[in-house]
Amino acid sequence: MTVLTLKSQLQAPLEAGVIVPDRFAGNSVAAVAGMPVTYGNEAACLGDFFKVAGAGSTEIVLEGDLGRVKNIAAGMTRGKITVHGDAGMHLGSEMRGGVINVYGNVGDWAGSEMKGGKIHIHGNAGHGLGGAYRGSRRGMNRGMIIVEGNAGNEAGAVMRRGLIVVAGNAGDFAGAFMIAGTLMVFGKLGIRAGAGLLRGTLVTFNQPELLPTFCYDCSYSPSFLKLILRDLRLQGLSISEEYITGCYRRYSGDFNRLGKGEILVYDQR
Amino acid sequence: MLKIVNGAVYDPANNIDGEVRDVCIDDGKVVDSVEGGRTIDASGMIVMPGGVDMHAHIAGPKVNTARKMRPEDHRLDPVPRTSLTRSGVGKSVPSTFATGYRYAAMGYTTAFDAAVPPIAARHAHEEFSDIPVVDKGFFVLMGNNEYIMQQIAAGERGRMRDYVAWLLQATKGYAIKMVNPGGVEMWKSLGNTHTLDEEVVGFGVTPRGIIRSLAEAGMELHLPHPVHIHCNELGVAGNWETTLETMKTLDGVRGHLAHVQFHSYGGDPGGMFVSRVPELAEYVNTHPNLTVDVGQILFGDTTSMTGDGPLAHMLHQVTGRKWVNVDVENECGCGIVPIEYKDKSHMHTTQWAVGLEWYLMVNDPWRIALSTDHPNGASFVSYPQVIRLLMDREFRREAIKKVNPKAVAKTALPDLDREYSLFEIAIITRAAPARILGLKHKGHLGIGADADVTIYDKCDDAEKMFSVPRYVIKEGEVLVEDGSIRRETFGKTLYVAPVYDTAVEKDIREYFRKYYTIEFENYPVQLEHYLPRPREVATTGDS
Repeated sequence: MTVLTLKSQLQAPLEAGVIVPDRFAGNSVAAVAGMPVTYGNEAACLGDFFKVAGAGSTEIVLEGDLGRVKNIAAGMTRGKITVHGDAGMHLGSEMRGGVINVYGNVGDWAGSEMKGGKIHIHGNAGHGLGGAYRGSRRGMNRGMIIVEGNAGNEAGAVMRRGLIVVAGNAGDFAGAFMIAGTLMVFGKLGIRAGAGLLRGTLVTFNQPELLPTFCYDCSYSPSFLKLILRDLRLQGLSISEEYITGCYRRYSGDFNRLGKGEILVYDQR
Repeated sequence: MLKIVNGAVYDPANNIDGEVRDVCIDDGKVVDSVEGGRTIDASGMIVMPGGVDMHAHIAGPKVNTARKMRPEDHRLDPVPRTSLTRSGVGKSVPSTFATGYRYAAMGYTTAFDAAVPPIAARHAHEEFSDIPVVDKGFFVLMGNNEYIMQQIAAGERGRMRDYVAWLLQATKGYAIKMVNPGGVEMWKSLGNTHTLDEEVVGFGVTPRGIIRSLAEAGMELHLPHPVHIHCNELGVAGNWETTLETMKTLDGVRGHLAHVQFHSYGGDPGGMFVSRVPELAEYVNTHPNLTVDVGQILFGDTTSMTGDGPLAHMLHQVTGRKWVNVDVENECGCGIVPIEYKDKSHMHTTQWAVGLEWYLMVNDPWRIALSTDHPNGASFVSYPQVIRLLMDREFRREAIKKVNPKAVAKTALPDLDREYSLFEIAIITRAAPARILGLKHKGHLGIGADADVTIYDKCDDAEKMFSVPRYVIKEGEVLVEDGSIRRETFGKTLYVAPVYDTAVEKDIREYFRKYYTIEFENYPVQLEHYLPRPREVATTGDS
């Protein structure tokens, strides 16, 4: 296990894409401390900012306020990263495997365009959670993200596969332009949820303000949802029994586009 | 002063084919001999003039719009700052500085933008000011210019010619460019034209009339590169007949057909492409007034950008991808669409094979220039790959195995055994484009030529060799050494200033007052403010 402890509060963003199990594995303490990072616009070493304990391994623990540390675990394919504190932008972006646990809040673009693995955020997430970078044709494509707090705008935008669960509220344009996949929001959805939906599923437990290009289909109790919700219980989320046994109103859309997507709204009756 | 010794020199314009000899440089020019100064020992190396790219899209509003449109492309290719060079981004539409560095790092020292709307010439020059190393120039879009069409229709040939000269002067451009002549204007209201003899409604001219008139004007003005044509019906199955008609229209005058690969398809409109290169190449082979560049496609993701609005619309409809369309007042149009060429695709494989057929079927390398129509077919950084496909028959055979087998089997490509020699590569990448452009001081290493020299390490893998030159020398200064940039300089902007009867300005002024959003006085680009290093290319007529 490698433990990195932030030495002091950062005054500028630190781009630390090197904090990835794939890079750490098999390196000595000195080698890890010598890995290149960018502090503001200057080149620096990881060791300038972190106390490194334990040789490089696939299990990394980060401690301190890392809200300004960007690209943690970007592109990781294996191993485990645990952050005790906040994490900055692009956490786990383009990751392909492994597990990230954050006991704090994360910045924008967490899990953007990820292709596998799991991110569990115990605090809030920023904008573009599991989303697509500007211009990209695909956002998240496989993998799982759980946010116990709230998420910002454009969560799950242009998602292709995978599951995003937000226990709190989500901002505007949740699941916008989704191609497929599942986005579940237990709190409230912002405006224009599911705008431009091609396929895919948005699940929400409060009636959202739907776009006029969504149509009510029916009310039913989807079996796949029961499986997902039971699994989420095992992941440590408290899911009330009514959600599992209850009925959902299905709206299809977005009829501005293909219209094969769905928004499932928990029926409170 | 600089002396390059012991290198095998390939200088086709002076008929030097790999002869080991010295190249002496003084004051930015190739000279007979020098005393003192640095000596580069090029033993075992290959010495060529700097590369000349005669058809690319590297500056101006359409390139800049494509940059804004494709952040996803740029993200994949950051260009970090170094102590010498500026930061930027690469991929299909590199930023200005990266454009210059990448041309330089590949041994190219001259590049032309192939389509600048006259009204946006100022912008193109501003971007040129930020493209380091290479000498550059641009072609001015005229094929859908309303004033030109009106003058042709009215039979005012002299006035049209004077206007063309005025426009070249005003924009500080280099040549006349036509993009889908007549068709773009028609598409703005009534749909594209489909044959050369269809009337451009509202103007009383035909595409054929525009092509012929502008080609003659280019000759009469003694332009070093008279007319550069993007034919009608680009990318449409069956367009080869239009291309052949365009060639016939140029009977007796010089004309350059750009990216002919995109114009050489048989088949029914809307259907599968079939190669019609044999017929077209045969016509080019027997008509020395014609020159072409290929516009080779390579597989991968790139950005299509063109003055051909209807083409971009068609690509958008076929691919479903985002697009930009611009109507440039009174002058032309523009369209941009991202595009991915796939080796599994029947259509894309045919296009790829058609491009290679062109290189291998035109007998005289002096009349064909290497291009990918950057970035429409592929980025200019992939020229070395094209070179290897031409030089290495085995490599080409391996490549043929990876593409759509049905499509490639319908072309002549699998049967073409021709391999380009280094001498021929030196022609199609330097000597021929320089000659086609009428640049007497470029593309060769004779006495008095610009001292733009590229030195390669000899290597069996042509792609590797041409990707990373050992030295690149621009105007006598060593800029790239051992594959990395050692100095940043700025090249010159090449332009023409043909003479014309200034009486035409009265009429143009009136035209501006009536129809333009810009004042006549504000239109011309001021040489002293926008061209930091101008170089006028003479229009003497002896080219």
